[in-house]
Order: sequence, then structure tokens, then C-alpha cells
Amino acid sequence: MSGSTIPLLAAAHVSKSYGGRPACRDVGFSIDEGEVLAIVGESGSGKTTLLNMISGRLRPDGGEVLYRMRDGSQRNILDLSEAERRLLMRTDWGFVHQDAAQGLRMNVSAGGNIGERLMAIGNRHYGDIRTQAEGWLGRVEIDVGRLDDKPTAFSGGMRQRLQIARNLVTRPRLIFMDEPTGGLDVSVQARLLDLIRGLVADLGLAVVLVTHDLAVARLLSHRILVMKDGQVIESGLTDRVLDDPQAPYTQLLVSSVLAA
Amino acid sequence: MTTTAYNFAYLDEQTKRMIRRAILKAIAIPGYQVPFASREMPMPYGWGTGGIQVTAAILGPDDVLKVIDQGADDTTNAVSIRAFFAKTADIAVTTKTEDATIIQTRHRIPEAPLNADQVLVYQVPIPEPLRFLEPRETETRTMHALSDYGLMHVKLYEDIARHGHIATSYDYPVEVAGRYVMDPSPIPKFDNPKMDDCPALQLFGAGREKRIYAIPPHTRVVSLDFEDHPFERNTFDHPCAMCGATDSYLDEVVTDDRGGRMYVCSDTDYCETRQAAGHRGKMHSDPLVKDAAE
Repeated sequence: MSGSTIPLLAAAHVSKSYGGRPACRDVGFSIDEGEVLAIVGESGSGKTTLLNMISGRLRPDGGEVLYRMRDGSQRNILDLSEAERRLLMRTDWGFVHQDAAQGLRMNVSAGGNIGERLMAIGNRHYGDIRTQAEGWLGRVEIDVGRLDDKPTAFSGGMRQRLQIARNLVTRPRLIFMDEPTGGLDVSVQARLLDLIRGLVADLGLAVVLVTHDLAVARLLSHRILVMKDGQVIESGLTDRVLDDPQAPYTQLLVSSVLAA
Repeated sequence: MTTTAYNFAYLDEQTKRMIRRAILKAIAIPGYQVPFASREMPMPYGWGTGGIQVTAAILGPDDVLKVIDQGADDTTNAVSIRAFFAKTADIAVTTKTEDATIIQTRHRIPEAPLNADQVLVYQVPIPEPLRFLEPRETETRTMHALSDYGLMHVKLYEDIARHGHIATSYDYPVEVAGRYVMDPSPIPKFDNPKMDDCPALQLFGAGREKRIYAIPPHTRVVSLDFEDHPFERNTFDHPCAMCGATDSYLDEVVTDDRGGRMYVCSDTDYCETRQAAGHRGKMHSDPLVKDAAE
């Protein structure tokens, strides 16, 4: 999108073991601005471990994760200081958890949740913070009248949308999502997917999406990585991989989806 | 009374050295919470074990001690602690703010201005300003280290969203010397401006939480706020019913079961000094001496 030839995020040879048991082995990929990459695989295949490592939340045993900062310089996120990492996470990045309670402050109002990032980067104007929070609440299709309600009073779908608003308020370029539609019923899921797809297109977001749901991957992503036992066994354009799977495991995965 | 049974000021000399080192470090890093090996004191936690250890560590034979609790010299805690040091250190005690060299306090800063020869020792229940927002100690320490204080404003935001104004009226967070955000102990926010550029040394001791922190003399102390909702000191609609003061922090005292109440200075020394100078409030039994308020 920006015409730069350097990818936004590039991971190479990323590995992690838990007590000698490998969770991620020599994983590499890259993602550009405006691109949605899905990481799929069964439970225990290392998807979430990989996501946590590339988002700076978990330190890999080996490998590197290069990120192109807003000034154009490429930095290994594993070498960032804690202060730089925190700044990155609350300005240029977002992280949407499967369980909204992990990504939200449940005892703080919706407005406070959305405004937290703004206050963390130094906004000290209450009216301005509130106006922006209202705007974002509207964009994620939550009634603006709920601005002062706590997330505990929200439904699962609303919590998830609030979590997205909270992440987008600083206009990040890259969002990590860990099973964003997990645990939601299908109609709520469909609405959420629709919202995410709209926001990604409008804002030109890059998204790394971890999911076990191939339908979610097909709807949202441009490219896909299939993981098994901590390794990437197949990758490519989403429709190519899902319509014409090459690896035996991917064939099994695709054929095991129940048609409604 | 003499001090044959106890070491001077109760604590042994090694303990005092340890506490003094913590105090020196706290003064060197204004607003930073220095851990220290808090001792068991002959009183329960929450009664001022932190303050009393700090006082014991800085007390000298020539010091004059004043102890206040909610501004008053005559409440249980103040009387007991004053008696404790009179007995264990055989030092002079006073209730007069200007005569004291060390003032140990709970929940107030005296109304009379402090001077450079005085030390104010606060008793602190919970030293961590971020505690109710972030329960993990490892995380709050990191947040202090990185000046990661956005969360503090989230709390103030919530106040305004819920009450229309910043409703925090005590324990109001301050930024010390442009760096650390600090809990001023549960003093009313009325007292917050007194901490700024104060000529006296201010020491804070939290016994149960094992932390000491300090504001050196003439340090900039700013109460956190929003640009469009600036910090405001609370004000009172009434003058003091006993001394007629309009510039002091008032306690509300219920006088009967029919809604009757009076407002009096919480700083008893300030009120008594004014009364002795002839000032009278409208409920004083000997009214209309100097400036009776109608």
C-alpha cells in the first residue's frame, strides 16, 4: 500500500520449546500493510504460541521478528526495550483476545476502555477523549448511549466489538487477533466478521488472525498458513489453499468441515 | 519518665540505621517507594506502624514531637503515639504546630504553614497509587519504572463520566518532581496544594506494605487532572462554628437527631490558636469577642 518493498512484519526461523517439547519450529512468514493473514490448525498446533511471539508477548528461543516502524526503519521486536515495546503495542499495534475479559478492563466504563490508549499516550483533554470514544463506539455498532456502561453489562458480541474499538482508537497499522469469534453464536459471529472485514478495508489494516475455523479464515483472510505440530506445513492464497489443498493434513482439515 | 527499659525511641540502633538508609534513598528519588524491612511494632497495622518507625528513626533528644490524627491532637491514636515517644525517648511533646520539629500525621496536613526546620511524617495505609487499578505488584513497579501512568487518568476519567466531576476527594494522586506518581496517603485533596514547594521535609511510612517515600523540601508536587477538568480544592459553604475560620478544612459534626450539625476545623491546634486570639464562630459559647460572624 505504501509502496515500500520492506514487509510490515517479517518473521524468520521463529522457534519455541516448552521444557524440551517443541511448540513452534522454524516458522517464517511476512505480511504487508492492508493484508490479512490467517494462521489455522488444530488445537495444540502452536498457533497461539506463534501469535504471542510475533506480537512481542512471548520471547522465542530463536529467530527474529522484524517490524517496519512508522519512520520506515526496520527493528527486531525482540531487541526493543520494554518502554519501546509498550509504546508500539498501544499505538501501532492492537491485540484482540478470544476472551474479551482479557482485553478489556471489566470494571471500567466503555468510554474509559476506549480512551485508555489515548490517555496512555498523553491525551489530557476529557472532552476530546470522550468525543473520540463516542465516535469509535458508533463505528463498531454499539449504541452511543452505552458509553458509560461497564463491559460486564455487555453481551459477548458487544464486548468483542468494544475490544476492537479500544484497539483501533490510536489508528494502529497491525492487529493481532486470537480466535476473535470464538464462543459467539453464528449470527453474532457473522455480524462481527462483517464489521472486521469493513474496518480492515476502510483503515487498510494488516491483520494476523489465529483461528481454527476455516470459514472465518476464508471470509477474512487473503493468505493462510496451515500449522501442525509447531510447523507450517502449507501456505499460500486462502482460496487456493482451501480449494486445492496440497498437504495431506490440509486435505484432511478442509474435508473435516461440516457443511451446514 | 525515664527510658531504662527501652533503647532510645524504642527501635534498636541497627533498625534505625536501616530505616534511615531507606529514608535517604527516598529523599534522593522523590516520590519513589523504597522498600524497607518494616518491624513489628507494639500496635496493630493500620494504626500508624509505618509513620511511627520513620519518626523513631529520625527522632533526636532535642526534637519536639507533635502527633495528629485527622488534624486533631486529642484523638486516641495521636495521644497514644505522643505518649509512646514521650515514654520511650523522653523527648518534649507539643500540640502547637509552630513549636514542633517533627509532626507525625494521619489524614491531614496542619493548616499553619510549615517551615524548613520541620519534618512531616505521614502514616500511609496503601502506598501504591495504582493498586486499585492494577493488582499485580510486578506490573505496578514496571509501570513506575516506565512512567506508564495512563491508567491513573483512566480512573479520573471514570470519575468524571460517573459524577460529572473528579469525585476523588482524598488520596488524590500527585506527580512528584515531574517523574513519579505518588499516593499522598488519605489526606483530603484540600491539602494537596500544601505539598507543593513545601519548605518542610515530608516523609511517608507504610508499615504493613513496607515502603518509605519522600518529598524533599521545595519540590514541585502537581495533582493530576484533565485540561478541561482542572484540579479543584474542595471548598466549604460555612465558616468554622468555633473560630470563624474560612480558610481551613472543616469536619461535619452531627449535633442532634433532628438534622442539626456544625462545621468545625479539623485542625484542633489551628482552631484553638484562633480562639485564643479572640476569633469566634457563631456556635462558640463565648461569642462576639472579635469578628463574630453574625
